[in-house]
Formats: sequence, structure tokens, C-alpha cells
Amino acid sequence: MEHPAFEEVTIHHEHQDDATFKKKVRKTTILLSVITIIELIIGLSIYTIHKGENPSALLVLMFKGVVCILTLAKAYYIVSVFMHLGDEIRNMIMTIIVPLLLFVWFIIAFIADGNSYKELRNNYDKHFKETTTPAKHQKTEAPAEHKSGKE
Amino acid sequence: MSTTTTMHKTKWWSGGKSPFNLEYGKVMMWYFLMSDAFTFGAFLISYGTIRFSQNFWPDPNVVFNAFPGAGHANLPLAFVSVMTFILIISSVTMVLAVHAGHKGDKQGVIKWMVWTIIGGLAFLGCQAWEWHHLITGEHAVLANGQIEMIGQTMGGNPWGNLVHDNAALTAALNNTPHETLVQLVHSHDASHATGELAAMTDVQLRGMVDLAEMHVREKGPLAFGGYFYGITGFHGFHVFSGVVINIIMLIMTQKDVFKNRGHYLMIEKAGLYWHFVDLVWVFVFLCFYLI
Repeated sequence: MEHPAFEEVTIHHEHQDDATFKKKVRKTTILLSVITIIELIIGLSIYTIHKGENPSALLVLMFKGVVCILTLAKAYYIVSVFMHLGDEIRNMIMTIIVPLLLFVWFIIAFIADGNSYKELRNNYDKHFKETTTPAKHQKTEAPAEHKSGKE
Repeated sequence: MSTTTTMHKTKWWSGGKSPFNLEYGKVMMWYFLMSDAFTFGAFLISYGTIRFSQNFWPDPNVVFNAFPGAGHANLPLAFVSVMTFILIISSVTMVLAVHAGHKGDKQGVIKWMVWTIIGGLAFLGCQAWEWHHLITGEHAVLANGQIEMIGQTMGGNPWGNLVHDNAALTAALNNTPHETLVQLVHSHDASHATGELAAMTDVQLRGMVDLAEMHVREKGPLAFGGYFYGITGFHGFHVFSGVVINIIMLIMTQKDVFKNRGHYLMIEKAGLYWHFVDLVWVFVFLCFYLI
């Protein structure tokens, strides 16, 4: 009845009143901004860790993992609230989300393949390994005497 | 199957109605965006694959540390966070434009569409500045036994490993041609004009170079520049086409096209595209600037 040109739309969402709508938009905006600020803080922490004496690879990896999860949260809010996918009926949501599950395989398979290529090259191409490995792994050659093998 | 559930549930698949309860154009926009998500996803995953196949990858905090008007100040992540907030805010103004459309409020649609367009243009301006800075901002690298001054292009970038070997640097400095020495001195001490420096001898110029504070690097992974410009460029192209679409929607609103049609669904479809551009940026931001 509201969009007479589109008889495909058989059920109309009850329109939210202005106050509820504004509240929802404001809440989402603040949420997205706060998540972005947290991401930036983590990004700068990674920078500080890298600059420090003994960068902990595990800590950096954990921070990066947290940033990835926060990004997925942001994506969820944009798609669900701003793009109103959360307000559509279940059939519509599934027809978008289910195909995107292909990414689960896509990401794991290709990242694993890239990593395996690196391992193979490091094993069989010593020149590649020596010329590209960051200097901190070879730092032992400056005080050549005590080769403690920290890495 | 069971009749009990169908009693209080709509039979979406029994025919006679759209099982998605959406008009055709919007469904098709969603499918286009899904395919576009796969395109961007494939680009980003290919970038990830190459990155995982390397022993070294540039630290984004080192690459993206400039801010317009701040000279050589080291401000990692500052400018890109401005760009991110611009896109988030322009997404919010788009939501408000769509909401005004729901209410048939023509003036509201016009107002919020104008703000959205301004946000899009501001983002494009920021990206233009960033690209320009990366391409023309030259840094010292140790390559082929001499010092070279290069910017970030598809053919190479100055973001490799830091060179700690001072003997090699001194030797490279002695092999470095005059013009490069002039650039080198000028890059970290702008108090002399290039003309003045060009008149000096190589020995004088070498004396003015402080190897310790120069942070000479090796050349970075070749793929870095190509992926950065390729993916942010493809995203920038989406922003650009989004701005064009929004301008067309603005003109159509102004000409009462939607008012006469009785609904502002076109604004919703343009809005979906615009939010998608913001969504992609969230991931580009993650892959290039944060991790």
C-alpha cells in the first residue's frame, strides 16, 4: 500500500518513529567510532612494540587478531543497521550470507598456500632467505662472539 | 511440512509473492554488491597470499606516517584515521537521507545527499594527497652498491629492511652520483636550496650526510606498491562512482522525479552502494594500514 508500484513487497516493516530511529543511528555511529579508535590504539601499540627492544611476535599476532575481530564487528553493524539487512526477512538474509561463507575456505586455503610457498623457498633457496629475512634475526653478527641464538 | 507451522508463518515459497519481500531493483543491488564483495575479497586475499609468502613486509606505521601540512613529522596512522572517519560520517548522512526519503521529505533528502557527496569528495581529496605524497616523497635506499632516492611506485618502494651495515653504507655513499647526493642532503636538511647544493663538490656533500639519522633501507617487496595502488585505487574508483551516482540522485530529487513516482526507493539503492563502499574501506583499512 505504501509502494503501490511494487507488489513484490507483501509485508511492510512498521516504520520506526523518529526518536527510536535517531537513537539507533546515534548508537551505531558511536559504536563504529569507538571501535575505530580502539583499532587505532592497537595499531599504534603494535608500532611501539616493533620499535621496542625485544618485539614479542606472539603479542603482535594477538593484537592483529583482535583488530580483525573488531573489523568484523564493524562490518556486522554497517551491514545490519546501515544497510538494513537485519530488518529484511530471513530468506533475504540467507541468500546474501550463505554464499559469502565461501570466504572461509578462500581465506584459509590461500593464506596457507602463501605460507607454504615461503617455507619451501626458505628451505630450498638460501639466497632468498638470507637477503629478505629482517636484520633483527641476523643481529648476532655485530657482536659475533656470543651467538646465543635468541630467535 | 507440518501444517501447524504454516498457520502462523507466511508461506514465502508457495508462489504468488516474492520470497524475499523486496522489490526487484533492491534484490539485484544486493546481488551486485555480493559479487563486488567477492571481487574485493579476491584482491585482498591475493594480497594476503603474497604477503604470507614473504619473509619481510613493510610496517604500515612506517609507510603511512605523513599528514598534510605537518612536514616530516612522524604521525603514524593519523591521516588514514581522518579518512576513515570521513567515510563513516558520510555513511551516517546517507542513512539520514534514506530515512528522509521514507518520510517523503524532499528537502531532507537534498540536505543529507549534499553532505554525503561532500564527504565522498573529501575522501577522494585525501586519497589524492596520500597517493601524491607516496609517489613523490623520495627516501634513501641502498641498491646496486649505491644510494638511490626513490618514492613508492609500481616499480619499487623504499620500505625494505633497515640497513645496519655502516661499512656498506659508506662504500655506497662513495659510489653515489652527484645529483642523488644533492637530493639526499636536501631531503633531511632543507635549509640549503638545491641550486646551492648542486654547486658543492661530492666530498662536501658526503660530509653533510649523517648516515646514522638517515635510516637507509633496502628496497621493499616489489608487490607492495602494486597491491596498494591497485586495491586502494579500485576502492577509490568505487567512491568516485558512488559520488557520481549520488549526484545523479540529488539532481533527480531536485527535479521531483521521486516525488512524482511516489517513493524514494532509488535513494535506498544508492544508499546500499554507498554503505558498501564504506564497508570495503573497513577491510582495506584493516589489511593495509592496521596489520
